[in-house]
This record gives sequence, C-alpha cells and structure tokens, in this order.
Amino acid sequence: MEAASAVGAKPPKTSRWRENLRLYKKHKWLLLMLLPVMAWYVIFAYGPMYGIQLAFKDYNFAEGIWGSPWVGMKHFVYLFTSSPDFLNILKNTIVISFYHIIFGFPAPIILALLFNEIRVSIFKKVAQTISYLPHFLSWIVIGGILVTILSPTTGVVNHVLNLIGIDPIYFLGSETYFRFTLVLSGIWKEVGWGTIIYLAALAGIDQQMYEAAVIDGANRWKQTIHITIPTIMPVISILLILRVGGVLDAGFDQILTLYSPAVYSVADVIDTYVYRIGLQNFQFSLTTAVGLFKNVVGLMLVLFANYIIKKMGQEGIY
Amino acid sequence: MRLTRGEKAFQVVLILFISALSVTMLYPFLHVASISLSTPAEALRQGFHFYPKDVTFVAWERVLSSETVWRTMGNTVFRTVVGTVLTLVFLAIGAYPLSKKYLPHRNVFMTVIVITMFFGGGLIPTYMLIKGLGLINSLWVYVIPGLVSTFSLIVLRNFFMSIPEELEDSAKMDGANEFRILFTIVVPLSKPVLATLALWSAVGHWNAWFDAMLYMQDQSKIVLQLFLRRLVIANMGDPMLPVPSIEETPETVKAAIIIFTALPILLLYPFFQRYFVKGVMIGSLKG
Repeated sequence: MEAASAVGAKPPKTSRWRENLRLYKKHKWLLLMLLPVMAWYVIFAYGPMYGIQLAFKDYNFAEGIWGSPWVGMKHFVYLFTSSPDFLNILKNTIVISFYHIIFGFPAPIILALLFNEIRVSIFKKVAQTISYLPHFLSWIVIGGILVTILSPTTGVVNHVLNLIGIDPIYFLGSETYFRFTLVLSGIWKEVGWGTIIYLAALAGIDQQMYEAAVIDGANRWKQTIHITIPTIMPVISILLILRVGGVLDAGFDQILTLYSPAVYSVADVIDTYVYRIGLQNFQFSLTTAVGLFKNVVGLMLVLFANYIIKKMGQEGIY
Repeated sequence: MRLTRGEKAFQVVLILFISALSVTMLYPFLHVASISLSTPAEALRQGFHFYPKDVTFVAWERVLSSETVWRTMGNTVFRTVVGTVLTLVFLAIGAYPLSKKYLPHRNVFMTVIVITMFFGGGLIPTYMLIKGLGLINSLWVYVIPGLVSTFSLIVLRNFFMSIPEELEDSAKMDGANEFRILFTIVVPLSKPVLATLALWSAVGHWNAWFDAMLYMQDQSKIVLQLFLRRLVIANMGDPMLPVPSIEETPETVKAAIIIFTALPILLLYPFFQRYFVKGVMIGSLKG
C-alpha cells in the first residue's frame, strides 16, 4: 500500500517497508476501525466501476460482464450519430439545468439577503422555519400535492387563472409549460433551505464595514452591492462550481416523479433516459455508456468551472 | 434602531412579500389536508380549500385501516431506524481514524474517498452489483448500499479534528486504546454533530423510494413513499408495477395518504431544524 497517488512527496521505496510495518503495528486499532468503512467504499463505491466496462462492450446476458464481447466506442458513436433520442435528451438535460441554474441559483441568495434585512426577529425566525418545510418532504409527497393543485380541471391554480380570464393550463401535461413548472416547483422546494449557507456567510460580515459605508453616505442598496455581495462571493463561487459540475444531473428525482410520456420530448433527461431504456428495456450496455459519458463530462465541468473561478480571483474547491 | 421613513416602508413591503411567500409554502398542505377530510363531491370542487365543508373521516379510515399502508410504513420505519443507527456507527468508526494525522497513508484513504464524490459507477453497474450480491428483494438493500455518505463522513472527520488532543492524551496515558477513546470520550463530545448527521440520514431514509422501485420485486417489502407514488402519481405510469391498478383511487384517499406520509416530518421538523441548520453551517466551513 504505497502512497503512490496521494498528495505529498513520494518516499523512496527501499527501507520504507519496515517503517511502514512498524507504523501499521503501532496503529493497528485505528486501521482496524477504518477497515469496515473502507471495505464498504471498495465494494459499493468502486465495485460498480467494474461494470463501467459495459460501456465498451455488447452486454450479453448469458455471458455476463466478463464474457461479453468488446465493441470499443460503438455505443458512443451510435449515441451521437444514429440515435434518434440521445441528442434531444442531451439538449433537454442542458436546457433544464440551465433554467435551474439561471433562476434557481440566485433565488436563495436573494431570499437570504431579504431575510437578512428583516428587523422583526420573531417574524424572521418563523418565516425561515416555514421556508424550510418543502425541503424536508419527498418529491412524491410534493408531486402528489402538485398534481392536485395544478390539475386543469379541479386545481386551485387554474381556478385563480380562470377568475382572471385565462384558459386552463395543463402545467404538468403540456410540453409548453412543463419545464416552467419544473423549475418553479424546484425553486419553491429548495429556496428556503438554500438560504442557510448564505445566511451563515452573511452573519460573518464585519459590521464596521457597514458603519463606514453609512458614514460615506451609502444607502442600503449600495451597501448590498459593494459590501455584502463581494464578501459572500467565495461562498457563491464554490456553490456555483458544484452546481455547474452537476449540470448533467438536472434533478432526476423531481423529473421522474412529475413527468409522463406526454412531456418526454421536453422533459426526458439523461438520468430518466438511462432508467427507462436501461432498466426497463434492458439495454445495459448503451445506457452504461450514457452514464459514463455523463460522469466524465460532469467531472470535466467541475474542473473547468473551478479553473475559471480561480482565474477570476476567487478560491476554488482545491 | 432609528429607521428612516424609506427604510420603514421597505420593512413593510418586505414583511408582506415574505408573508406571501410563507403562505405559498403552507397553503398547499392546508389544501390537501382539507380535501382529505371532505366528501368526494366537495373534494372535486375546483377552487380554494381552506377547510372541509362537511368533515368526514371516510378517507382517513380507509388509509388507517389499510394493511398495505401499515406494512410499507413498517418497512420505512425499519430502514430509517436501522439505517440511521448503522450509518452513525460507520461514520464514527470511519471519521475517527481519518481525523488522526498519524494514521498511516491517511492521504491515500482521503483521496480514495473524495474521488467517489465526483465519480461513480452509474445506475446500471450499481444495479448489477446489487443483483450480484443477492440484495434484490432483501430489506437490507435499503440500508447497506447507502450506508456511508461521503459528505457526512467529511463533516464528522472535520469535527473530530477540532477536538483538543489533550482530552485524548490523558486517556492514552492511562492505557486506553483507540476504541475506548472513541466511544467514551470523542462520541459523547460530538453529540450535536451526530444528531445532525442522524437527522440527515433519517430524513433521507424516510423519503427514499427509488431504491425500492429498482431493487424490490417483493411487494410486501416496499416502502411507504413508493406505495404513495403508485397511488398518487399512478397516472404518470409506474412501469415496474406488476399489476396495473384496476381501481382508481378517490381524490380524498389520495389526499389522506399524502398527509399521512408527510405528517411525521411536518410535525417533527420544526424541532429538529436547528440541528440541520447547524450541520449545514459546519459542513459549509469545509468549503
């Protein structure tokens, strides 16, 4: 177990063995303690990676993973040239994620800034507690509620629209409105919870900076732009990196719960596609290829976003 | 605090806006709860539902007397309790060694663990692993594959690292080994953090349904959330359902079971939310 890939200097291999053995003996309880957890990681986190090779094989149920023939990049070529669905799936994934990022990322920041401005302490606490509520419930519970509320015939939202003279809208069933509903309900669910990190950062801002700004004649708005936001930029940057890194994720749980064949063309994303075509149509190899593609691109995006943000002067993830 | 007129006006507008937002967070539950206590005709009335016109408990009786509801609830409780306890144990025995600078090859272990946050096997390979391990149709499939959350592990490790060494040194001089130190000194000191991690794990288990859908063919072992999904999102299609549902579930019953599923969390979360908030703050310090 040489520390070949670890961070830090590489020790010379000779004469280290006896040292290492001594260390292992000295800390045997510690290593023993760690063993179950590492075993879990090997089996459940790295174990599935063995199956990734299916992306480069034609999975044959009888032969198993080991015996199935290699086909190289065949699946990837198929996905990008012949597959009727994949490019659309990719487009859906990216578009939906973009909406989530453009609208969903700033929302908690803005709400945190607003919460921060409330002077009535008890109202602030109560409002915050209420805002966390949707986060704790599953998309199934919320989906069930949404189906009731957004129903084109009996739903209360359409009732209100009716009163204003607008025709009933099939929020969950129409290709035009589905993505909007998706993003808006996603924001509704997570915006309150998302404020926590920002509020923690805001609490750490030095009050003296504000006092100095007031003396200089800055109103609250200017204070926000020139003090508050720049100070929480590091937090924003890191969260943005992680968000961008997850651009191909696009909210599987939510989409799987809310979508239906009627909206597949605009709502089917990579993960839902992998689930449907992979586990239901048993196209193991193809969907493993899709999954691998997603993973690799996601990783590259995280690294890329991290690089960009560092170039802009902020701290990255590493 | 002396506020200018403009600032006072802003406060009023702000409070109104946040109030409106809070109402949108609360009203949907009121709406559905009201429907669950309404007559079937009333339930289908389009419009606001603040309270049922004629209270009837028929829907709730049906939910509470359903064997499936209680069985799946039992499965959910099993996974939540057993899963959370085991997760806590594993997190503790994992984070403690990793928090010690003198752990041999500590960097290797950390790298191995952190990599899994960014790269994984994927749905299909994981499915094949679970199948290969014989966990399909076992209740343990809810507990074991999701045993360790890397994020929680790192949070706990960082916390352990912040515990002063002197506390452990005196125990070591008395001859205590690492296990004893962990369980008699470190863990009691970590109660708040452990509470947070426990709650994270518990909520995760309570709300989980996808693994049940994937790995459980034995319908007696599915979880409450999955059962709820089949009833309430049934028209969206659950292709894994072996038999198509013949009878359309009435709106009132759907509403009742939604509230039934959400109720534990609805009631408990205000008390536990400060643990969660603290946990996020501790976790966010890691960056």
